[in-house]
Amino acid sequence: MKAKLFRLAVAAGLVAVACAAQAQTPIRIGEINSYKTQAAFLDPYRRGMELAVDEVNAAGGVAGRKIEIVTRDDSANPGDAVRMAEELVSAEKVDMIAGGFLSNVGLALADFAKQRKVVYLASEPLTDKIVWQDGNRYTFRLRPSTYMQSAMLAPDAIKLNKRRWAFVYPNYEYGQSAVATFKALLKAGQPDVEFVGDQATPLGRIDAGAVAQALGDARPDAIFNALFAADLSKFVREGSTRGLFNNASVVSLLTGEPEYLDPLRDEAPVGWLVTGYPWYAIDTPQHKAFLAAYQKKYSDYPRVGSVVGYSTIKAISAAVEKAGGADTEKLVAAFTGLEFGSPFGKVMFRPQDHQSTMGAYVGRTVVKDGKGIMVDFSYKDGAGFQPSDAEVKALRPAD
Amino acid sequence: MSFSGLTVQLLNGLADASALFLLAAGLSLIFGVTRIVNFAHGSLYMLGAYVAWSLTERLSSVAGFWISMLLAALAVGALGATIELVLLRRMYRAPDLSQLLATFALTLIARDAALYLWGPEDLLGPRAPGLSGSVVILGRLFPQYNLLLIAIGPVVLIALRTLLAQTRWGVLVRAATQDREMVGALGVNQSILFTTVFALGAFLAGLGGALQLPREPASAGIDIAAIGDAFVVVVVGGMGSMPGAFIAALLICEIKALCIALGDWTTPFGLTIAFPHFTLVAEFAVMAVVLVLRPWGLLGRQQETARASAASTAPFTPAGSLTKWGAAIALAAVALLPFLVGGDSYILVLSIDICVGILFAASLHFIMGPGGMHSFGHAAYFGLGAYASALALRRADIPMELALALSPLGGALGALAFGWFCVRLSGVYLSMLTLAFGQIVWSIVYQWDAITGGSNGLIGIWPSARLASKSAYFHLTLALSVAGALLLRRILFSPFGYALRATRDSPLRSGAIGIDVRRIQWAAFIIAGTVCGLAGGLFAFSKGSISPETISVGRSVDGLVMVLLGGVETLSGPIVGAASYIVLQDVISRHMQYWRAALGMFMLLLVMAFPGGIVGALRHRFTRT
Amino acid sequence: MTLLAIDNLTKVFGGVRAVDGVSFSLEAGELLAMIGPNGAGKSTCFNMVNGQLAPDSGRIVLAGVDIGGLPPHDIWRRGVGRTFQVAATFSSMKAIENVQMALISRQSRIGRLWKPAARYAREEAQALLRRVGMAEQAERPCGVLAYGDVKRVELAIALAGAPKLLLMDEPTAGMAPGERNALMALTREIAHDSGVGVLFTEHSMDVVFGYADRIIVLARGRLIAQGDPRGVRNDPRVREVYFDARHRVIGASE
Repeated sequence: MKAKLFRLAVAAGLVAVACAAQAQTPIRIGEINSYKTQAAFLDPYRRGMELAVDEVNAAGGVAGRKIEIVTRDDSANPGDAVRMAEELVSAEKVDMIAGGFLSNVGLALADFAKQRKVVYLASEPLTDKIVWQDGNRYTFRLRPSTYMQSAMLAPDAIKLNKRRWAFVYPNYEYGQSAVATFKALLKAGQPDVEFVGDQATPLGRIDAGAVAQALGDARPDAIFNALFAADLSKFVREGSTRGLFNNASVVSLLTGEPEYLDPLRDEAPVGWLVTGYPWYAIDTPQHKAFLAAYQKKYSDYPRVGSVVGYSTIKAISAAVEKAGGADTEKLVAAFTGLEFGSPFGKVMFRPQDHQSTMGAYVGRTVVKDGKGIMVDFSYKDGAGFQPSDAEVKALRPAD
Repeated sequence: MSFSGLTVQLLNGLADASALFLLAAGLSLIFGVTRIVNFAHGSLYMLGAYVAWSLTERLSSVAGFWISMLLAALAVGALGATIELVLLRRMYRAPDLSQLLATFALTLIARDAALYLWGPEDLLGPRAPGLSGSVVILGRLFPQYNLLLIAIGPVVLIALRTLLAQTRWGVLVRAATQDREMVGALGVNQSILFTTVFALGAFLAGLGGALQLPREPASAGIDIAAIGDAFVVVVVGGMGSMPGAFIAALLICEIKALCIALGDWTTPFGLTIAFPHFTLVAEFAVMAVVLVLRPWGLLGRQQETARASAASTAPFTPAGSLTKWGAAIALAAVALLPFLVGGDSYILVLSIDICVGILFAASLHFIMGPGGMHSFGHAAYFGLGAYASALALRRADIPMELALALSPLGGALGALAFGWFCVRLSGVYLSMLTLAFGQIVWSIVYQWDAITGGSNGLIGIWPSARLASKSAYFHLTLALSVAGALLLRRILFSPFGYALRATRDSPLRSGAIGIDVRRIQWAAFIIAGTVCGLAGGLFAFSKGSISPETISVGRSVDGLVMVLLGGVETLSGPIVGAASYIVLQDVISRHMQYWRAALGMFMLLLVMAFPGGIVGALRHRFTRT
Repeated sequence: MTLLAIDNLTKVFGGVRAVDGVSFSLEAGELLAMIGPNGAGKSTCFNMVNGQLAPDSGRIVLAGVDIGGLPPHDIWRRGVGRTFQVAATFSSMKAIENVQMALISRQSRIGRLWKPAARYAREEAQALLRRVGMAEQAERPCGVLAYGDVKRVELAIALAGAPKLLLMDEPTAGMAPGERNALMALTREIAHDSGVGVLFTEHSMDVVFGYADRIIVLARGRLIAQGDPRGVRNDPRVREVYFDARHRVIGASE
């Protein structure tokens, strides 16, 4: 009798331990990014993620479980990214994957997600195709797309009422589709507009002097720029030395992001209409809380990457909470139409194309205290800068 | 476009050409004397920019700026001398191209070092004091600093010419450039000559990087672009020719400036040509044209044939029955892998990558080892194979198995076209022409959105249902890779394979016994391209997607590294090299933050310990004892 | 029968007439020595006959066919074998494999991709090596052979093409005197027995006067004398060239 009781007790104990283990198995998120090749963006991104993980776990985790991220470097190579994804899914047994900086990596991972039926949150890649032409039911995208960011600039650009427009952009899909979107929206809002010159420059290798002069020789009233990083710095310096910006207004994608504006220091362009992230002057409570937490943990200011990394984890946590676990099909259902709080405010993943409504700030650049900042800015909610649902439906393949 | 606009654009080109010449001159000097293909030249350039940035931050006076430029160049020169003394000196007797592997490892280390020391953000330097503004030329504002650059190029050219023509050191450098062995025979202290040449070359790279600082931020990505440009200039100009390098830099920069100036141009037939798009590939297109017309570059002279390289190569010996049985048993064990590790294991995914890598490396080895033709653009055939399959599947709806069967054809067609031109050259010129063709293919794929999906590439390239499981696809890849590698091996023992080695050992003798050297080499290109295309096809279906990255220089370099790591002179070298490189990269990159530096260090150790590659070293050990 | 007829052959390098209107002929089975000081144009002449260089003008007629300007592999196929001043063999292959390659090429089987090359024409290759006295070293790589041995392998390779004409550029350079005579005796035997015409250059006057049936003399690109050894030895123009203060005395130096 005693022995039987003992055995029962042992069995009960084992069951309890097993249950506890079940409850404590963390949610594992496999995160793949080009940490080495895009370090300027992704170092802050990683910090943002880690901050969010700390916050979520300190608050007791989600659905009763802690979350855990496993990061991998894809060396900016879609083939390696897919291999890492395989490794994360089959060896590390992650519950879902996230990340991707380059558009081709993002698309490769999205297709992997579709094939292997794994949820993928594309945090950073900007290509429109990832939610439209090449969209699928397992893939969701956080950042405002190329289309959305171009569309956010278009209304103010039309208000400038300039006739002769010239374009400069990196010669790959992001630059090409940004310019195509912007041209279409401009033409729609201002039919008499004239396009006087296109300079598509090799990514990372702009011949800035010649490009600045060629643009100047086209005598534009306004210039649309989609360059970023080192290309942008070179272009700004050559352009201002050559007086390119004296007679032309500039509308510029991404230039207000600290990643790209800060390296220019006191030579940051003045009076450009840009999308970006004025972290120093956003006074919403959500952002203030995020800023304080970030500065406390890292003694550094956040970049756009920090916000994207942070929001990635917040979005995933919200989805897991809503799904009550990490079952793939339940996660898909949870992400669809999911609302969650980001440093930029409430964001929703649109059911029609899995694009989040995260927005961006549009404002003007000035130089203050020896560095470039954005002023007169406003937050553009991503929900308002989308093509019609019918257009989206026509672009996106049925699930 | 107005005349004045064009004139100022040509001035822009002149300034760019000067900057490019500074970068290329050092590389040309180093190659001319030491015959080292110094991959790390771009890294030296990058470090020049970074060091100059740090110095200008501290020495912000007017004089401080110029002192910073000079100090940065000197520092990089000293680093160059150190690299030569500590590393390369040990390797001059090593087989061909192992220095290439060492300098490639250095680029990996330099990049991570820059990231560690200077952080990830781009660092825009100050403008040059006194030259920060612009002058009016033909009604346009022209940066004053560009005027300085325009002057510096010719000044450095003349200084180098004087140094080479009028000093004893210069005479030795020229002698060594023309005939390396003659210098040894003259009783010259070769090591001092090599160290000083390396230091001067590095100094010029550092100066080039430092002087770019007022025009371009220091960032960890500029090394790759710089090394590509520098090689192109050196080769177009003719190896070792300073005026040639200057003319080449001028030619390339003016063509680019012209493309940018022309902008979009609509032909009378309504077709619009976007000239600025050509800047993506202008230098490589120029190089291809120049090399096809002038096999030794614009001002280069025919190179003496490398005498030492072939002598150390031992004859091939067919595998004994013990080896054959051993290999068969090993293969059977590998084939059972899915049952050992489970059908869903990551080990299978990695093994698929290794199989693809082996096939890729074996095909490169075929023309590189026995053929003696060092292809720097082998990714072209890999990419063409991958895209042939992907396009067949996605655009023509051909079943997957058939689409895969088309991949060798894609590689073969590429090799058929490019090989014809390449076999007319030899040595580094041949290597650079293969690189040029690779870059041209890359740029076409990168730009041709409607067909290739442009920079995004193509997705949805998955195996058919019956091959969809990892173990099925693994078995397919294993079978085809082994078949491909065995086929190449069989061919190497056949009369054709012997003829190929004959063309490498002695083109002279080959011709004199009736072997049509070019034809054999061309056929070898096509065979290698065919097998490489299959590797590309297998790769595409294993990833589900492809992008222009499959054709990039990076992949070509990966192939070189695999072959060299294993040992270019052995038949199993590429197999061991591919497997160890892929596993090494996978393991290191998953477990270390500065994994590139770690990989570089590891490669340096390997290359120092086993100069003839891993297999070469093993064989050496066994035959000695 | 005239095997090779050279008519007014000329080659100019950057304004220098390396070979300047040279004409001579060679009979089947004849050993013809071409001598002259350094820079006389001997190697240039050889390189034109074997296709390494294309002549600027003049004709090279082999057995009635003008072969001037054809590529080397084509000329070989028409029956011209050659050895080089610095012996050219395939150093990564065994001696026998070197000879096999030439035999495989003669059988037009270079393009074969399957059967191992080692199984082609083994006996014939072994026989050729035996003929030049290299049978014992057949399995050694050419890269490790002594230079004199390499030259003998090279001769076997050249013979493997069953040539009508054999071009030998300094066949005995780097050999010991005993070896020299053995090699030249063998060459003479081959020429006289199988009717192969041999054109050779040589710095050793002992070899030249000991073995040549006939001699032609080049100086500064021009043919200055020809005839039998006795006639050439006594020709005043030849003596002038050879004993001129501006030229080193070649015969005496060896």
